[in-house]
Amino acid sequence: MKFSYYPGCSLHSTAAEFSASTEAIFKFLGVKLQELDDWCCCGATSGHSINNFLSHALPLYNLILAENNGSDIVVPCAACYSSLKSAQVFMKSNNSKVTKLNNHLKVTMGRTYQGQINVYHVLEILNNPQIQDLLKKHISKNFNGIPLASYYGCLLNRPPKAVSFEDNPEQPKLMDKLLNQVGATPVVWPHKNECCGASLAISQPKIVEQLVAKIIGSAKHAGAKAIVTACPLCQTNLDSRQPQDTDSLPVFFITEIIGLALGINSLSWLKKHLIDPIPF
Amino acid sequence: MAGKQVIPSSKLISSVAKKSSQPINRCYQCHKCTGGCPVTFAMDIMPHQVVRYVQLGLEEKLLESKTIWQCTACHTCGSRCPNGIDIAAINDALKQQAITNNVKPALPEVRTFHEAFLASVKNNGRVHELGMMLAFKRKTGTYLQDVSLGLKMFRRNKLRLLPKKIKNRKRFHTLLQGEKEG
Repeated sequence: MKFSYYPGCSLHSTAAEFSASTEAIFKFLGVKLQELDDWCCCGATSGHSINNFLSHALPLYNLILAENNGSDIVVPCAACYSSLKSAQVFMKSNNSKVTKLNNHLKVTMGRTYQGQINVYHVLEILNNPQIQDLLKKHISKNFNGIPLASYYGCLLNRPPKAVSFEDNPEQPKLMDKLLNQVGATPVVWPHKNECCGASLAISQPKIVEQLVAKIIGSAKHAGAKAIVTACPLCQTNLDSRQPQDTDSLPVFFITEIIGLALGINSLSWLKKHLIDPIPF
Repeated sequence: MAGKQVIPSSKLISSVAKKSSQPINRCYQCHKCTGGCPVTFAMDIMPHQVVRYVQLGLEEKLLESKTIWQCTACHTCGSRCPNGIDIAAINDALKQQAITNNVKPALPEVRTFHEAFLASVKNNGRVHELGMMLAFKRKTGTYLQDVSLGLKMFRRNKLRLLPKKIKNRKRFHTLLQGEKEG
């Protein structure tokens, strides 16, 4: 199995451990990830908020790089995943700007967007039947029933028409399935899909602190000993803006949990967390 | 709004519907969007009201609201709307309208953040988080906010000192030119 790999900006900085753990587990499982050469930012929330052109042009730049390679793309970041998928939906629409944008892409990249490749999130690949067989074969560590809260946040399931890969976007469960496979107990909790406040963390930190406090409170109420996520911004917000007056919950990336279960040395990833997960 | 007569205008709805690609006229005010929105505790106009105000053409109220800048674009409203209206997309169109009309944003920090983010992308091809944060702080005067958090991240090598620019600057610059060509 071989994919183009689009890490996105966060995975080269604030969420470097998400990239390192993703690359490590896929290498272990024999899946080849080839980082897209010279990828650019997807535009993220700021793109679609104030600049429609960039919100389409930036993801398409990367999609065309991948089409040039001929391999489907794997994306760990929920926001990048959403940007790339939304750009694909836009290019399928009847919007008059589609042709104009494609003409400009031809001038820029030497080729138009063809819609030939698929964009997958890491969770989708981990649930691919072939990968599932490999996981079953290689999981060597058991989490001994420890209760964990799988936290999806927003952009892996919404807007469902563009992005969701779950049977029910309101009740996603692929991450819970993975937690079961490593011997942990996924808790049932109501804040699995609630928003952490995303990029408002910098411009409106008080709003984000309130949203994070609700999510952390809910996970604790359900008995979780840690939170597991698949989005760099969710992890950063939950790791950095938890209420100070209570026992903190460590916040893992799902790829770190899988890495631990496969017996991969994960110390360098876990040392990057703000809330120390190592005694966990 | 109480007691004040509103004369509906269809001027706003046509521009917002076009920009957001949302079927705004389908809304029958079930309030499901407001029920699910995680940020209503801070908003001055509720999500269902945003749609109604767009229908009525209350442009000034919307463009001067906090709501359009507080929306996190989590798309909970749009996912649950029985009429397929994504209010996050409407809020984006309204933010852009506020910028075009030169309306002073109710939450200038949010606009400054988005501008600093995209300026970093245009300069480097990728976001340089530390540079973007410093530009944001310079423009908003929020020098003391999150300093200890920033230092913790820096010590863990989570913030690069220098930007990692893309290599093919010419190609990326050509891409950006498309914005001017409209």
